[in-house]
Amino acid sequence: MSEFAIDVHGLRKEFGGKIAVENVDLQLPKGEVWGFLGPNGSGKTTTIRMLSGLLSPTAGTGTALGYDILTESEEIKARMGYMTQKFSFWTDLTVRENLEFVARLHLIDDVASVVSATIRTLDLQDRQDQLAGTLSGGWQQRLALAAVTMHGPDLLLLDEPTSGVDPLARRDFWDQIHRMTEERNMTALVSTHYMDEAERCDQVVYMSRGRLVAKGTVAEMIANSGLVTFRADGPGVRKLMAALKRASGVEHVAYFGAALHVSGTDRSLIERTIGELRSQNIEWREVVPNLEDAFIALTQKAGVAGERSA
Amino acid sequence: MTIPGWIRRSGAIFLKELTQMRRDRLTFAAMLAIPVIQLVFFGYAINSDPRHLPTAVHAEDSSPIVRSLLHGFQNSGYFDLSRTCDALPDCDHLLSSGEVTFVIHIPVGFTAALVAGRRPELLIEADASDPVAASSALGYAESIVSSALRNDLTGSLAGLQVGREPYGLVIHPRYNPEKKTQYNIIPGLLGVILTMTLVMITAIGMTREVERGTMENLLVLPARPGEVMIGKIAPYLGIGAVQTVLILIAANFLFGVPFSGSVEILALGLINFALANLALGFSFSTIARTQLQAIQMTFLFFLPSILLSGFMFPFRGMPGWARGIGELLPLTHFLRVVRGVMLKDASIRDLQTDFLALLAFTIFVTGIAMFRYRRTMD
Ligand SMILES: Nc1ncnc2c1ncn2[C@@H]1O[C@H](COP(=O)(O)OP(=O)(O)OP(=O)(O)O)[C@@H](O)[C@H]1O
Ligand SMILES: [Mg+2]
Repeated sequence: MSEFAIDVHGLRKEFGGKIAVENVDLQLPKGEVWGFLGPNGSGKTTTIRMLSGLLSPTAGTGTALGYDILTESEEIKARMGYMTQKFSFWTDLTVRENLEFVARLHLIDDVASVVSATIRTLDLQDRQDQLAGTLSGGWQQRLALAAVTMHGPDLLLLDEPTSGVDPLARRDFWDQIHRMTEERNMTALVSTHYMDEAERCDQVVYMSRGRLVAKGTVAEMIANSGLVTFRADGPGVRKLMAALKRASGVEHVAYFGAALHVSGTDRSLIERTIGELRSQNIEWREVVPNLEDAFIALTQKAGVAGERSA
Repeated sequence: MTIPGWIRRSGAIFLKELTQMRRDRLTFAAMLAIPVIQLVFFGYAINSDPRHLPTAVHAEDSSPIVRSLLHGFQNSGYFDLSRTCDALPDCDHLLSSGEVTFVIHIPVGFTAALVAGRRPELLIEADASDPVAASSALGYAESIVSSALRNDLTGSLAGLQVGREPYGLVIHPRYNPEKKTQYNIIPGLLGVILTMTLVMITAIGMTREVERGTMENLLVLPARPGEVMIGKIAPYLGIGAVQTVLILIAANFLFGVPFSGSVEILALGLINFALANLALGFSFSTIARTQLQAIQMTFLFFLPSILLSGFMFPFRGMPGWARGIGELLPLTHFLRVVRGVMLKDASIRDLQTDFLALLAFTIFVTGIAMFRYRRTMD
């Protein structure tokens, strides 16, 4: 049996001839939590759907929990929890009824007490008889998370599980994920657009235009991006934005409060540009690029590469 | 004792459907109200066997024979000889204005010609703008005339009864062999109502999951296609049973339809028929992409069911191709079962081909449903 919870090669998905995901290789070790990042439309949801057996890949093979994703999806479904990006529980059932339905399908014995325990741990007691459709967005996300973890899955595939969830609930959520991975050697792949969540993961993969373009720990991702970032502070610094965007060596400029972050991969080019723009009341200093800078650089690089090959 | 997994999972889906159904009050109410409303509409309003139709007599001859002939028409209950007209234009007016449905013409010298064996013609003009209204009354004209004359053509005239009828009756050629329409229509209505409600409600079963976005979740939960199908149609078997009881009670109280046969055979027929419709509806919902498409498919199926099953028109009167299509429809077989049991006290052996046909239909459409069931989102 493979030591990987997910082990897929060359996954590809076309929708009517249009390629959504291409050449995806992914080996996710058991017991780890991986972040899945990438801009809108890059193919994260499509990839997760292929891993869960919801979409059949146009090409590629692989296993999830040791079962073939093409032929043994029933086995995978029984041992997996998949949280959809869009809320997809039954809006005309109450919180409790939704959980009971899921518990019964998973053949959980003693449905009532398991559901009650789940409701307690997720702090849903006051809302258990409310129709799921009338819950606020954040509570819907919590219901969904409760429903997909109730049967004690070995693998969690979570598609933007914390979008719209408040910071406290997000922290609870991540604590819970890590607890489950430690207690039961569960594996999780979590797609997110939040950089702080990426930093909570053992590793992250980054998808762009249907391809996995980077993989590693957050520190590795930043280091591998080869990015140098300078921060400009001072009165009137924002007026430099337009000039900086056109300047050579500058790949990305971003507002950071009253300051600007200027990033590029060619150190000498960017230092020359800064030298030309230097004036007395603006202070320039080099900073460690953050994950967001690294990802934006990755996205732009992939964009250029994509255009070149097209 | 351990319950097998497939039963537990089917049960989970059954409970979910039941809860959703209970919460959707409007649909639930409609499922129960529709049968009663339709029954009243069809049973009372649509009567293809009207009686006491206003009739004018244009008599240019008078004799005991003519009088007893007219008596025969009046006594049949179909013709109400309420008017007379002396001139042809008056008769035409009565007919065209709709004041009468029929004009009976007795030509000059009818009696003399009859007695002389010259086969006089007796003409009945009918308002053909509503052929259904007139046709059953006309269907009786022949026997009214012959039985009226049978009493008169005795003694020396008895020879006229031998061989051909001693007169010619010119009538609208329509013919409706069924006598009491409501007795026939109401058991049939049971089948029609079950067809419409059960096929439609299950046809939207899967498409609703797709349209609401819950399909993604259902597909990823460990339920197999057959389990989903069982769980989704089972609640409606119960609804069908309630509808049936309502219709049978109404049939008896409102229309006095007799029930001469075996309740067990009827129940068996009903279960078979309901399953056929539910399985069909479910297979529609595996083919249709939207709820609207599912409803359109239901109507596409409903139309031939009504027209070609023998519900609307006598089955034996249809051309061969239409009967061929009819034989493929569950309603056709169910009508034979329900009419057979309720009106003719038919036994299970009399109806075995119809039972087998229903079973074959159910198996066939279940096969389609299992083949078409989408296990993935593509
Ligand atoms: N069923 C479908 N039919 C056609 N195209 C599709 C389908 N599903 C996804 N796509 C396309 O595939 C591409 C990838 O979409 P996907 O939903 O996987 O992106 P994503 O990374 O999850 O984006 P987001 O961050 O916005 O959720 C998009 O271009 C999308 O339009
Ligand atoms: Mg997505």
